[in-house]
Amino acid sequence: MSTLALTFRDSLTMLRRDTKHSLRNLMMTVSGILTPTILLVLFNYVFGGAIGAGLGGGIHGSYINYVAPAILIMAVGSGCATTAINLVMDLNEGVINRFRTMAIARSSVLNGQVIGSVIRTLASVVLVLGAALLMGFRPTADLLAWIEAFGLIALFSFAITWMGVVFGLIGKTPAGANSLSLIFQILLPFTSSAFVSPDSMAGWIRWFAQNQPFTAVIDTLRGLLLGTPIGNSAVFAIAWSVGIALVGFILARTIYNRAPAK
Amino acid sequence: MIETQGLRKAFGKQVVLDGLDLTVAEGMIFALLGPNGAGKTTTVQILSTLIRADGGTARVAGYDVARQPDAVRKVIGVTGQFSAVDNMLTGEENLLLMADLHHLSRREGRKLAADLLDRFELTDAAKKTPVQYSGGMRRRLDLAMTLVGNPRLIFLDEPTTGLDPRSRQTMWQIIRDLVARGVTIFLTTQYLDEADQLAHRIAVLDQGKLVAEGTPDDLKRRIPGGHVRLQFADERSLGLAASTLGVGAGTGARDDEALTLRVPTDGSVQSVKAILDRLDYGASADTAVEDAGVTVHIPDLDDVFFALTGHINMQNDTQNGSQPAKQKGAVR
Repeated sequence: MSTLALTFRDSLTMLRRDTKHSLRNLMMTVSGILTPTILLVLFNYVFGGAIGAGLGGGIHGSYINYVAPAILIMAVGSGCATTAINLVMDLNEGVINRFRTMAIARSSVLNGQVIGSVIRTLASVVLVLGAALLMGFRPTADLLAWIEAFGLIALFSFAITWMGVVFGLIGKTPAGANSLSLIFQILLPFTSSAFVSPDSMAGWIRWFAQNQPFTAVIDTLRGLLLGTPIGNSAVFAIAWSVGIALVGFILARTIYNRAPAK
Repeated sequence: MIETQGLRKAFGKQVVLDGLDLTVAEGMIFALLGPNGAGKTTTVQILSTLIRADGGTARVAGYDVARQPDAVRKVIGVTGQFSAVDNMLTGEENLLLMADLHHLSRREGRKLAADLLDRFELTDAAKKTPVQYSGGMRRRLDLAMTLVGNPRLIFLDEPTTGLDPRSRQTMWQIIRDLVARGVTIFLTTQYLDEADQLAHRIAVLDQGKLVAEGTPDDLKRRIPGGHVRLQFADERSLGLAASTLGVGAGTGARDDEALTLRVPTDGSVQSVKAILDRLDYGASADTAVEDAGVTVHIPDLDDVFFALTGHINMQNDTQNGSQPAKQKGAVR
């Protein structure tokens, strides 16, 4: 069997293993998938009135239209934490050492986790989307724009998940891994265009908000779903995604393959 | 099957292996015996391609472990000190996972899993996760997973640490059966009786160095013979017996505080009887002497270890080694 076919087959086996883990650990899986939907409810019905008034309707029409694409991307961010925690728990099991002494594609352990995580994240995204539509989200996208939107979400999710793997590898404990994941779960989403326009932010943080990956991805997604101007956001969104994916992938593989210390 | 030369490994400043030379022939049980911290697990980790040595060479089945790790991995199976099983999968799913990773067809995998569950008496527990297993069942599942790949060489890193006596016996029988089928076993243990019972050859490892190597009998022959230990009730009968048997004061054979005498013997009935006869004749009618307690001490591997290393910390370390909470050998 060729190396590529071997990698594919072993990665599929590991994906099946990861899926079984998700089903056994149902509480964590369900709460992980559900959390972004709860965030959406919070932001629309609790904060939405006040923040929406501040935004003044604008080109998005209503606050649900403004915030729904952002929550879709926040679902990707919270997927990062789930990935990192799952990985730490898995690495603490002796079975990973068994895999390391077997003649299998070495990358398959991580590949299986990443594919499983992306699938869970996309499930979470679909759930948010369904809830948003019920709450009055009115996207104007045509079929092509929908496909592009899902492609972007999947690509960004793939990138953030590899970073989640890195956090899992260096986090050592579930708590440590979760803390690192807060970068993508809380820090970057809240300092982006997710909930308020960066134009309303104070000096230096405005600059940061305008130039960080979440803003580029969220603004592109808004453009695709609502027809708002995208500008050069799309280029940045794709560049950020590919860049983060590459860095995460290379770091994760290097750390995983590095001779394990005692 | 295994050949190492000058294997060295240090973790930071702590030298774990300090020039290890080993030769293991095919088809035998080879036991690496030593206390915790001697470097046993590190040796297994290097030979099983889990970690790299800092220096020296190691070949497994003719392949260099550093340069041809994948070729080595195809030949070996590893069962760790702490069960390397997937705790979230059932026993059966664990075996099927191994079958998938060895690229068996679905049908072959199911048949092999069923056979192994049956052979290791795990059929009733097939649908349960290892969290609900006893220590012995976990080790059996661990070993069964190793066997899915049909390895020619199996590393067993402390396979019976923390097991109850019955599970230990079961594990020993399984190991003997494997060798009868032609598998080579590389066993690490801190139990002398285990090495004595199972191994064709034993290497004694202490502080990263081999201190002895040979068959169990070779090793036993290398230390002074056995003795009869006589325990007396008071000093007067001790003195009487000592003069009768010609044991001088201050020789180390006479212990005035413990009221004991050590008299050399080869352990045969004849030699023990001769000692008792002399005692009986020399101190006739002295009931205090006749009340003495007798124990016959034959040299075992404990004596060997003590004689070779000059310290006897096996028992202390055994207690440390049986704390299942501490995941020794778990490598990040």
